[in-house]
Amino acid sequence: MSKQIKVALIGNPNTGKTSVFNALTGLNQKVGNYPGITVDKKEGVCKLSRGVKAHILDLPGTYSLNASSLDENVVIELLLNKKDKDYPDVALIISDVENLKRNLLLFTQIKDLKIPAILVINMADRMPKKGISLNLEILEYELKTKVALVSTRKNDGIQFLKKLIENFKTLSTEPCLDTSTIDEEYFANLKKAFPNQDLYKLWVVISQDANFGKIDRNSVNVSRFKTKTKSELKRLQQKETIKRYQFINEILKVGQTVDKSKATDLRSKLDNILTHKIWGYVIFFWILLTIFQVIYDWATIPMDLIDSSFALLADWVKTTFPGGGKLTNLVAEGIISGIGGIVIFIPQIAFLFLFISVLEESGYMSRVVFLMDRVMRRFGLSGKSVVPLISGTACAIPAIMATRNIENWKERLITILVTPFTTCSARLPVYLIIIALVIPEGRFLGLSYQALTLMMLYLIGFGMAVLSAYILNKILKTNYKTFFVIEMPSYKIPLLKNVVLTVLEKTKTFILEAGKIILAISVVLWILASYGPSKNFNDAEVIIQKSFPALTGEVLDNKIAAYKLEHSFIGRLGKTIEPAIRPLGYDWKIGIGVITSFAAREVFVGTLATIYSVGSSSEDNDKTIKNRMAQEVHDNGDKVFTLASGISLLLFYAFAMQCMSTLAIVKRETNSWKWPIIQLLAMSLIAYVIALIAFQILK
Amino acid sequence: MSLTIADLKKGERAIITDCSSIDIPLKLLEMGCLPGNVVQLFQVAPFRDPIYLNINDSFVAIRKETAALILIDMINE
Repeated sequence: MSKQIKVALIGNPNTGKTSVFNALTGLNQKVGNYPGITVDKKEGVCKLSRGVKAHILDLPGTYSLNASSLDENVVIELLLNKKDKDYPDVALIISDVENLKRNLLLFTQIKDLKIPAILVINMADRMPKKGISLNLEILEYELKTKVALVSTRKNDGIQFLKKLIENFKTLSTEPCLDTSTIDEEYFANLKKAFPNQDLYKLWVVISQDANFGKIDRNSVNVSRFKTKTKSELKRLQQKETIKRYQFINEILKVGQTVDKSKATDLRSKLDNILTHKIWGYVIFFWILLTIFQVIYDWATIPMDLIDSSFALLADWVKTTFPGGGKLTNLVAEGIISGIGGIVIFIPQIAFLFLFISVLEESGYMSRVVFLMDRVMRRFGLSGKSVVPLISGTACAIPAIMATRNIENWKERLITILVTPFTTCSARLPVYLIIIALVIPEGRFLGLSYQALTLMMLYLIGFGMAVLSAYILNKILKTNYKTFFVIEMPSYKIPLLKNVVLTVLEKTKTFILEAGKIILAISVVLWILASYGPSKNFNDAEVIIQKSFPALTGEVLDNKIAAYKLEHSFIGRLGKTIEPAIRPLGYDWKIGIGVITSFAAREVFVGTLATIYSVGSSSEDNDKTIKNRMAQEVHDNGDKVFTLASGISLLLFYAFAMQCMSTLAIVKRETNSWKWPIIQLLAMSLIAYVIALIAFQILK
Repeated sequence: MSLTIADLKKGERAIITDCSSIDIPLKLLEMGCLPGNVVQLFQVAPFRDPIYLNINDSFVAIRKETAALILIDMINE
């Protein structure tokens, strides 16, 4: 077995850490989760010379070893635990050449943990433009390390970096700062209490109490050493920061020269427009409109293609394996239609992730946060809530994870609670099919009624999110202080490789996660619809033939199938809840769709497809779900899908919390069942009441 | 009364003299908001909140209430 060198990538956000990761690993990477938490764990393999391989771990971005979020905490947990299987042999500290001073703060901290550390200075191609020159020998000498100048954009320096990784054993592990100089007395006492421990490590463990406080203390029990209050500890952390900056400033005085006259100032030119009091907002809304336009315009072509391919596939299965065996039916009616319902989202989701990753990579997203902070604060949100609310239009799950960089817990909690109101892509197929059924064709000011309805639904979603945030802000009492610090990174042209990898990765995750649920539900549903508890179900043929002796052929088959469905397990469930949903304009079949949707909303269309195809004989010529739905009638002959019931259903789906995965994420992110349960009950109640009102007015 | 970052006008520069308030997030200090460093007001959002600063060559945006905790000496240019 060849030996692998374990490498950890560490660095500030916006330093191009991901680009370095991509440059080292290429496509040899995978994203998983750290056990028990939803922080993405990106790993990859990099081939060095002579068959040696490096296992590369891309750690979440952090400004220092003082964690203020779950993501940052991951970095510290790992670096403090020598027994962790991912504990690095060598750390690469990725830094941005334009901001070396600040990046070195983290570098000196890692170095003081006595982990062999290489300083990687990224974006070196920008040096001439910014008038920066570096004396690498001095930097290497003073920091007691090796420095790699890298430009991932030009693919420079990567080979050299690989060489350094290979020779990591030659790196010095001498610390940069003598920890005890921060406060002689305090650290002398600490040393006395724990004579066998590394002083800086102890200090990092202790100071986490003042910050995030979730360090696993298996190795050291520091709780008995409590000589300082929280605010005193914070003062010590301030002192540490100042000491480190003094050290860094001394080095950079000789190691770095900046000729400001050579610097071209793209930032102030762009920010004069993009963060302008008026133009900034105009441009932001224009970008948003473009995104939605493109998603609906461009995505329809591949979506139609996928739709027809899956219909063909289902047909093919039925004709190739005739005889209508149970298994064939399960595959054709349950699984293929269920999977098709997910795959059809790929184009839209991919486009959405494409735009979001371009906005983030370019540095524009931070400007949006800056522009929107004041407005959002009025509703108890933060400027940083804009990012989750925008990415919530793709999927609430990554959106809720994106709330992690909101410093203030109350603002973060409110953002988590209201994000599921934004129209995620799973609502889209429900909206599309119902709009096509009940909203008439025709145009208003050149825009089709159907497109306008869809747009209204998006606005209603955002409106509801903001309104509930406002109400939550009034209800929730907290003593948390508002903290808001956001770095405004320099503008960059997004790297194609990064964007493509992000889109691939996120789309794949979404499809797999949602696919699992849908597949399971399709199968369960199909079974529940194909079997029944009572005699009525098993003797359907006899009963129908007795009641309607005149019927023959296809009409008879249809009657039997419908009777069977009504008396199947799922039919009885639907009938049981029918009284509760009648006032909303739904029949028991829609009721089944609504129930199964509580697992995941996108199941709705698939459920109805399954129910209607089980409920009719297979000789139907007109097989599209839409046509079957349009033909559905109540017992008294009235149509099931009218304008009133359609609108009621649209509003129900706009507001109801129908996504188990989101609830699971909310549970993890808030670390309690309280919030997801409140969310589920409140949103469902709102959905029910509004759908009820809408139907009663419109009918 | 001493001046704070919240008093800066667009484009003005100053030297940070004190940021010892316990309500200033550590993250801001780590970004270079420390006594002796130069701060410049780069851009403001409507109602001067939040404000966009260049501190010690780091570009950050903070809210007005935090800015009002950081004391400064103006640089007369």
